[in-house]
Amino acid sequence: MKDQRPTVILFVIFFVGAILLIKLFMIQVVDDSFMKRAENNAIQRVVDHPYRGLVYDRHGKLMVFNNPIFDLMVVPREFTLTDTVRFCTLFNVSKEELIEGYNAAKNYSRVKPSPLIKQISNADFARIQDFLVDYPGLFIMTRSVRAYPTPTAAHALGYIGEISATQLERDSVGYYEQGDYVGLSGLEKYYEEELRGNKGVKYKMVNVRGVDKGPFKEGEYDTISAAGKNITSTIDLELQRYGELLMNGKTGSVVAIEPKTGEILAMISAPFYDPNQLTGAAFGKTFQKLNVDASKPLFNRPIMATYPPGSIFKIVQSLIGLQEGILKPETTFSCNRSLVACHNHPSPVDLFGAIRNSCNPYYHQAFRQIINREVSSNTFKDTELGLNAWREKVLKFGLGSPLGVDMSGEKGGDIPSSTLYDRIYGSGRWKYSTIYSLSIGQGEMQVTPLQMANLAAIFANKGYYYTPHLIKELDGDPKKIPAKFQQRHDVGVDARHFNLIQDAMAEALYGTANRAVIEDLVIAGKTGTAQNPHGEDHSVFIAFAPKEDPKIAIAVYVENAGWGGRAAASTASLMIEKYIKGKITRPELQEYVLAGNFIY
Amino acid sequence: MNSTEVHINRVDWIAVSIYFALVIIGWFNIYAAVYDSQVEKSIFDLSINSGKQLVWIGTAIALITLIMVADARFFENLSLVIYFLFLGLLIVTPFFGKEVNGQILSIGVGDFRIQPGEFAKFATALALAKVMERPTFDLSKRNYQAIAFAVLLIPVILILLQPDTGTAMVYFSFLLMFYREGFPQRYYLLVLGVISITLLGLWVENNLYLAFFILLVVGALIYLGKRNWQRILAFSLIGIGIIAYIYSLDFVISKLPLHQQNRIMVLFNPDLDPLGVGWNITQSKIAIGSGGLFGKGYLEGTQTKFDFVPEQDTDFIFCTLGEEFGWLGSLVVIGLFVGLLYRLVIMAERQKTRFTRIYGYGVISILLFHFMINIAMTIGLFPVVGIPLPFFSYGGSSLWSFTVLLFIFIKMDSSRATQLGRLN
Repeated sequence: MKDQRPTVILFVIFFVGAILLIKLFMIQVVDDSFMKRAENNAIQRVVDHPYRGLVYDRHGKLMVFNNPIFDLMVVPREFTLTDTVRFCTLFNVSKEELIEGYNAAKNYSRVKPSPLIKQISNADFARIQDFLVDYPGLFIMTRSVRAYPTPTAAHALGYIGEISATQLERDSVGYYEQGDYVGLSGLEKYYEEELRGNKGVKYKMVNVRGVDKGPFKEGEYDTISAAGKNITSTIDLELQRYGELLMNGKTGSVVAIEPKTGEILAMISAPFYDPNQLTGAAFGKTFQKLNVDASKPLFNRPIMATYPPGSIFKIVQSLIGLQEGILKPETTFSCNRSLVACHNHPSPVDLFGAIRNSCNPYYHQAFRQIINREVSSNTFKDTELGLNAWREKVLKFGLGSPLGVDMSGEKGGDIPSSTLYDRIYGSGRWKYSTIYSLSIGQGEMQVTPLQMANLAAIFANKGYYYTPHLIKELDGDPKKIPAKFQQRHDVGVDARHFNLIQDAMAEALYGTANRAVIEDLVIAGKTGTAQNPHGEDHSVFIAFAPKEDPKIAIAVYVENAGWGGRAAASTASLMIEKYIKGKITRPELQEYVLAGNFIY
Repeated sequence: MNSTEVHINRVDWIAVSIYFALVIIGWFNIYAAVYDSQVEKSIFDLSINSGKQLVWIGTAIALITLIMVADARFFENLSLVIYFLFLGLLIVTPFFGKEVNGQILSIGVGDFRIQPGEFAKFATALALAKVMERPTFDLSKRNYQAIAFAVLLIPVILILLQPDTGTAMVYFSFLLMFYREGFPQRYYLLVLGVISITLLGLWVENNLYLAFFILLVVGALIYLGKRNWQRILAFSLIGIGIIAYIYSLDFVISKLPLHQQNRIMVLFNPDLDPLGVGWNITQSKIAIGSGGLFGKGYLEGTQTKFDFVPEQDTDFIFCTLGEEFGWLGSLVVIGLFVGLLYRLVIMAERQKTRFTRIYGYGVISILLFHFMINIAMTIGLFPVVGIPLPFFSYGGSSLWSFTVLLFIFIKMDSSRATQLGRLN
C-alpha cells in the first residue's frame, strides 16, 4: 500500500500539469474571443475626420466654412467628482444631464473616453478650459461644424446632420459610421462625396488608463485623411442677399440664371432661415421648430413648389406655332371673349400684339390649330395625337420633368399627356374643348420656378439652355463640374423665331409691367398670374436683360400677391438692376417691394 | 571522503539546469512585464524590476554557493534552531515590520527587507523532517499526528496574524508530504469529497436540485446494498449531513470577509463584475487567451505591457508568458515545472535517510502547491490568492526562499553517499 504512494504523487503532479495545459489550450487556442477583447482593450481606432470642403460664391467670397466645436470627453475610470453643484454651474449642465451622460459613458467603457457634454460653444470652451485641470479624466475633443459668414442661401447650400440608420444601411462601401455627419440637403447633399474628403484611421495603443502608448505596429495600418474638395458655387452672394432682402416676409421664389451658362446666380426660397441655426448643438431643436412651422421654411420652393405657368406659357405656344408654321408673325385672331375672358385691348391682334397684350382668345384659337392638325378624321383621336405631339415639343423647353439641377428633391411639375385625360374622362371621350385651358398655361400643367427661370434663359438664348446648376468650379477647376452641366440643350425652335418674341417681351413691359421698366436697361419680360384656388393668386414674372446681350434671366414668384405686373415684376426689375448695374437707382420701387402691400 | 567537500559530480544537474532555465525565463518575462516601448530601458537597468531581479539572482547564486559548500549535516543538526529562529522572526514581525496595505509581511533595515513568512516554509520543512525522521514516528497514530500538525500549525497561526492568508495556505501543502509518510488515506478521500461537494454546491445555482440528486444517490446506495437498519441509518445520516453542509455553504461564505467572498464567486461567474472584483481575473484571462498558439512575440504583448493586468511582474507573471509566447510557451514552462517536480520525486525516493526524503517531499509539496495555485489563479481555475510563481515572480524574498528551499535538498542529495543508511 505504502509503496504506491510515490506513484500516486507522481500521478498528481502530471495531473495538475495536464489540467493547466488543457485549460490553457482552451482559452489560448480554442476560444479566440480573448484576442478580440485584447484588441478592444489596448488598440484604439482613432478616426481622423477630414475637413469638409469649403463653399465660395462666384466671386470667391466665402459662404461655408468649418467652425471648431468642442466635445467634453470623460474617461470614467479616472473621473471623480467631489462638488457636483460647482461642476454643473461651471459646465452649464443640469445634474440629471450630467448623471445621464456619465452613466452612458460608463456603460460604454470605463477606460475609453466618451462624450460627456457635446458641442460646447466657443465661448463656453474659453470659460471652462482653465478649470479642466481640476477634473482628472476630462478632456476636450475638437470637431468641426459648418458655419456661414453671411446667413444666406440656406436652401441652396443645404445642411449637414448626423447620418440616419437607413442611410447607414444604404452605404454599401462602408464609408460611414454611426455619428458621422453627412449632407442632408442642397449642395451639401448633392456634392457629399466631393465635400466630405476621405477619412483617415489611426490605430494607436493605449494602456489601461487610456494613455497613448504610440502607434500600433508602427502605424502600418494607418491611413491619412484627405480634406474635402472646395466648391465655388455659381451664386452671387450680393445678389442672393439682395433677393432675400426683397423677399423677406413674403412667400415665394426668386431664381436668377446666367443664360449663356445655366449658372444659378441667385436662388431664394422665402420664407428662409439662418443656416447658422442648423449647425452644432442647436440643430435638433431648430430643425424641429422649422419643420413644424406652418410657413414651411424648410420647403425649397424654387425646385419643389409647382404652379401653373399662366400667361407666360403663351410665349412657348407662340414659339411652337411659329416653328410648326401654324403661326406667322402676321397671323391674326380676333379677341373673341366668348371663348375665354381677356383684358381690354384692340382686336384683332397679330402675334406681337397677342404677346404684348397677353390675349387669351388668340391663344385659344392658335392652340386649337396646333392640336387639331386633322391627321385623323376622328376629332377625339386627332386631339389625342395632337396633344402628345405638342407635349413632346413642350418638354424640350425643360418643362414637365426635373431639369437635373444639382440639388436633391427637385420636382418635375407636369405637362399632361393623353394618358392623364384618358384617366380622367375615359379614352376617346375628350377633345380640344376639354383641354383648351392649356393654351394659356392653366389647367392641368404644373411647373417649378426653376423651370420658369430656365425658360427665361431659353428666350434670352434664342433657343437653347444649359441645365441650371449651382456649381461653378470644383477644387478650383471649372472643368471638374459634372459633364451634364457643360452640355447644351436645344429646344428645337429656330433662333430667328425668337426675335419677335424678344421684341414683344420688351414691349410688353410697358403694357403689363411698367413698374419693371428701367430707363437705360432694356428688359424683356412677361407677367403671369398663377391661379390659386385657395386664396389670392400668385404673382409671377419672368424676364431677361439686357435684351441685346442677356446677362441674367430671372423668374420671380410671390405667393398670394395677385397680378404678376406688381410684386413679381418689381422684384425682378430690382434684382436685374442690382446685378447689371450693381446699384439701385429707384429707391421708391425698393420701398414699394419692401413694404409688401401688393394687393389693393 | 571529506564530508565538507562539495560533491560536485554528485550534484543533480538535471534539477539544477531546470532551476536556472526557470530563473532565466522568469527574468526575461519580468523585463517584458515592465517594458515600456516609449521609455526604452535596458534589461539590466537597475531602476526597473528586471535589473533588480538580476541582483536578486546574483545573490541567490551566492546563497547557492554557500549552501553547496556547507556541510549537509549542518541543516539537519540545526533544523530545529532554524525553525525557532524564523518563528521568532514571525512573532516580532507585527511589532517591527513595515505595514503595506494593512499587512505586515516584511522585516528589515532600510531597503534590505525579508519576509519571514517566505523563509519559514523551508524552516518548517526542515523541522518537520527532523521530528518525523525517527523510524518509530508513525503518522497513522494520533499522538504522532498531533506532533506533526503542531509543528505545521504554529507558523500558520503566526502568518495568519500578519494577516497573509495566501502564504498560510501554502503550509497545508505539507499534507502531500504527510501522505507519502503514511498519513491515512481516508482523510484525503474525505478532503477530496468535501472539496467536490463544496464546488458542486457553489457551482449549482439551485441547492434544491443538488439535494434531490444526493437523496437519489443515497437511496440507490441503500437499495442496492444490504438493507439492515445500521446501514440505512448511516447512509441517511451521511446524506442529510451533506445536504445540510450544502445549505450551510451560502451562510459560511456570507460570513467570510467581503473580498474573499467575491473572489470565490467570481470564479464561478467571471462576468459577475468584470470591472470591479472580476477585473484581475478577466484581464489576466484576456492577456493569456490573446496569446494564441504561438504568442504575440517577445515584448509585443499589449495587455501586460499596458498595465491591464495588475501585479504582472509578481503574482501574475504567467500572463506575460502566456501572451507573448502563447500556448507553446506555456507548455515549455509547465513542462519544466512538471519535469522538476518529477525529478525531485525521483531524487527523494533515492534518499537513504528518512530526514532527507521527508525534506525532499516538503520541497515537492511547496513547489507543486505554488506552481498549481499560481497558474490556476491566472487562468480562472482558482480564486485570486497572492502567492508567487516559484523562480519566476519578481522579488528577492520569494526567489531566495525558493532557492534556499530547493538547494538545501540538492545539497543533501549530492552528499547522500556520505550518509549512513538510516532508512527504516
